[in-house]
Amino acid sequence: MPASLPAPIHRSRPRLPATLRTPLGVTGTGLLALVLATALLAPLLWGGAAEAVDTAAMLQGPSADHWAGTDNLGRDLLLRTLVATRLSVVLALAATALAVTIGLLLGTASLLLGPRAGRLVTAGVNIAVAFPGLLLALSFAVIFGVGQVGSVLAIGFAGAPAFARLCQTLVAGVADRDYLAAARLAGVGRLRILLRHVLPNVGGPLVVNATIGAGGALLSFAGLSFLGLGVQAPAYDWGRLMQDGLDRIYLDPLAALLPGFAVVVAGLAFNLTGEAVARAFSIDSISGVSLLAGGALRTRRRADGGAAPGPHATPSAEVEHDAGPDLVLDVADLVVTVPTAAGAAWPVRGVTFRVARGEAVGVVGESGSGKTLTALAVADLLEPPTTVTARRLSFQGRDLLSGDHRTLLGTELAMVFQDPMSSFNPVRRMGGQLAEGARHHLGLTRRQARDRAVDRLRSVRIGEPERRAGQYPHEFSGGMRQRAMIGLGLMGSPALIVADEPTTALDVTVQRQVLDLLAEVRERDAVALLLISHDVSVVADVCDRVLVMYAGRVVEDLPAAELATGARHPYTRALVAAVPHLGTDLDRPLAVIPGRPVDPADLPAGCPFAPRCPLADARCRTEEPELVDGVACWRPGEDLPAAVPEEATA
Amino acid sequence: MSELRFDDVTVRYGAGRRTTTAVDGVSLVVPPGEIVGLVGESGSGKSTLARAAVGLAPVHGGQVLLDGEPVGGRRRTAGPSPVQLVFQDPASSLDPRMTVGESVAEAVPRERGRTSAAARASARAEVERLLTLVHLDPDRAGAYPGQLSGGQRQRVAIARALAARPSVVVADEITSALDVSIQGAVLNLVRELQRDLGLSILFISHDLAVVRYVATRVAVLHRGRIVERGETAQVLGDPRHDYTRSLLAAVPSPLTGPLTGGTIDSTRTTRRPT
Repeated sequence: MPASLPAPIHRSRPRLPATLRTPLGVTGTGLLALVLATALLAPLLWGGAAEAVDTAAMLQGPSADHWAGTDNLGRDLLLRTLVATRLSVVLALAATALAVTIGLLLGTASLLLGPRAGRLVTAGVNIAVAFPGLLLALSFAVIFGVGQVGSVLAIGFAGAPAFARLCQTLVAGVADRDYLAAARLAGVGRLRILLRHVLPNVGGPLVVNATIGAGGALLSFAGLSFLGLGVQAPAYDWGRLMQDGLDRIYLDPLAALLPGFAVVVAGLAFNLTGEAVARAFSIDSISGVSLLAGGALRTRRRADGGAAPGPHATPSAEVEHDAGPDLVLDVADLVVTVPTAAGAAWPVRGVTFRVARGEAVGVVGESGSGKTLTALAVADLLEPPTTVTARRLSFQGRDLLSGDHRTLLGTELAMVFQDPMSSFNPVRRMGGQLAEGARHHLGLTRRQARDRAVDRLRSVRIGEPERRAGQYPHEFSGGMRQRAMIGLGLMGSPALIVADEPTTALDVTVQRQVLDLLAEVRERDAVALLLISHDVSVVADVCDRVLVMYAGRVVEDLPAAELATGARHPYTRALVAAVPHLGTDLDRPLAVIPGRPVDPADLPAGCPFAPRCPLADARCRTEEPELVDGVACWRPGEDLPAAVPEEATA
Repeated sequence: MSELRFDDVTVRYGAGRRTTTAVDGVSLVVPPGEIVGLVGESGSGKSTLARAAVGLAPVHGGQVLLDGEPVGGRRRTAGPSPVQLVFQDPASSLDPRMTVGESVAEAVPRERGRTSAAARASARAEVERLLTLVHLDPDRAGAYPGQLSGGQRQRVAIARALAARPSVVVADEITSALDVSIQGAVLNLVRELQRDLGLSILFISHDLAVVRYVATRVAVLHRGRIVERGETAQVLGDPRHDYTRSLLAAVPSPLTGPLTGGTIDSTRTTRRPT
């Protein structure tokens, strides 16, 4: 799941030049530069020549003197088309500027005038949007009269409603952000909020739309002039030239087609540039990975002895055991590789652990420690370009590194995610969603699957399961959805439940219910549990054994009962000390871990925890310790120096 | 030092038959210079009460008083609100396109009758002072929120709230979006600010252990009503309402040592203004 990968840290400004270097960007900006250069230079170079009347060469076809022929006064059509660029483009830009200005004023009115007046403006805009733009332009052209000014006003006013509507939608999208509320509390005025907070954050799409709108305005102008409502002789733009050429389109098609071609080129220039700018503003689409192709590719490979994929993936010095019958999950040297802009990163770097039948193993660590990726890798839920390698990865004695094991999920392996709302399809009934997998994987009939779903909902203590099965996810409370998620996992007969932060989004009392339910399921069917959590106290409460992860490695593997007093790794001890509990000494400051978690793409040499560790010495900074005897530390269990007052770091 | 008082405050959302009462006749006092904890589950009305305190939620009954004067409402005078709110998620409470220095400077009250250059210099000095106060390097003023860690961002949000020279700060779940390793530092900062600046703070959290650590008094909110209140040690050590008991029972057992009455009965004295 690429969405769960660590986000790039510097996400500040859109990279405009980079996207303009794409084929689309190059074409768009190239054409636009050409059009603008023509608009600027053509009247200076050929303004006079285009006006020159030559009665000797009237209505001629293409020739060596006049490549596109001449009009009824013997004027050169190619030159006239080139010179007309300036008027056409200037008028289109003027109309766009008018539309954007009116659109901005109407679109931000709700913010400036307050909700009541804002609603009136919104209603007005909604009505105006319903009218076809060209119809509006035509009626405005009648009102404002024919001619250039009239057409600019007509097209500007006609384009304004759509722009206002877009602006309203974008503003509404940021209007309830906390930073606007914070600015209001700081006493910042409405206009200033609009200029400093709202417009910069909605500016991208507006710029894009204005660019594309300019292309549209150009076409509308050509249309109005063509109908005789726009530019009047002796001035001429492309629409006017097209109208002049139309009379003899069968005799000399070029006279009408050439200005038409110019309109197409200029329109393309604006629209393609707009598209390229649009891509620059959508930062999320940078990765460029096709998710559609992902499902078909296998992402798991066996790490062959010497060819370790990452610089840090040294095989752990552990004695080979035969997988006993009581072993549910056996993982050795699990490595997750993520391609980044600056080369590969290894958010999981050689994780080795085993889970016995009925055992509950907790995985704790800060965000970015690799705990979630470890869980997803085990469940085979990582998609390319993320790749998973391991020296050994077996589930119930079966090798997961070869062959397809997609059906494991839903039968023998259950997964519970953090946010139960996004794990269910909001428009399908719960019963059907539970039954679906069972029909697919277990070969049950519709009736059997439905009965099993109801039975499973009952087993996760959801009251009135028959009625609940017919409800939609939003009709369930957060805790009930999470229990239903566990029920979904129990549709088969799982040997292992992988739960990734299953209670983080829940209230404490609901968290208690979910944790109790997991414990009950474990006991009833001897199901093993792999519980991922950032909360040390939750893990200590539920699990038999705890793996503490830091920077993609297991730094300590210890019984949960020993977390409080028997932890030897300084990181584990700091993590335990940092959590306030109902017995924390109130007269002393809370223990803090100085510094910040490491970036998997930029690991320091030596032990990754060394920069934050009070015990770190020269060896810690140069040599990374292996997990030996349950702890990966050069100075395990040594006394920590007295707490230093916290400094400006964390 | 100021006192924040909720006097029979009711907040409703929606109209007609769909009206929901988020806060139902809540009376609560945050005494001068004290931290009062407000605990409750999601949907209990905690955040609504926080927003009502600063005028971001419509108050339908009762009023919010700061030293006896109503706060919030439509006819608030210009300038920063005397009650400042620190939001839950610093990722959304800081404008991603403004540097943290600009965000903090925005809340610094402008002084009248000074040239713009002098005003700018004094604003810059004030931003530096505030960033130092929350233990951030003043040199980070030019950084964008996206370049800071979650804990650093939350410190910036606190600095911005302090920039407005508030009488009272409302902290709405300010550590729940943070990693545990960072949470401790932010909690230490909250206690330090209360101690050093004499701030009155309404500290909202769903985490009883966190509230116990920072607050001298606590109120328990359940379905929009306060069901229990009192000294923190007394409420958590000897809860009288069933709901408070169920909240306490749900807390995972502490990691270090058994929970005894002795550790709960805090020796920390309630600080009163002198």
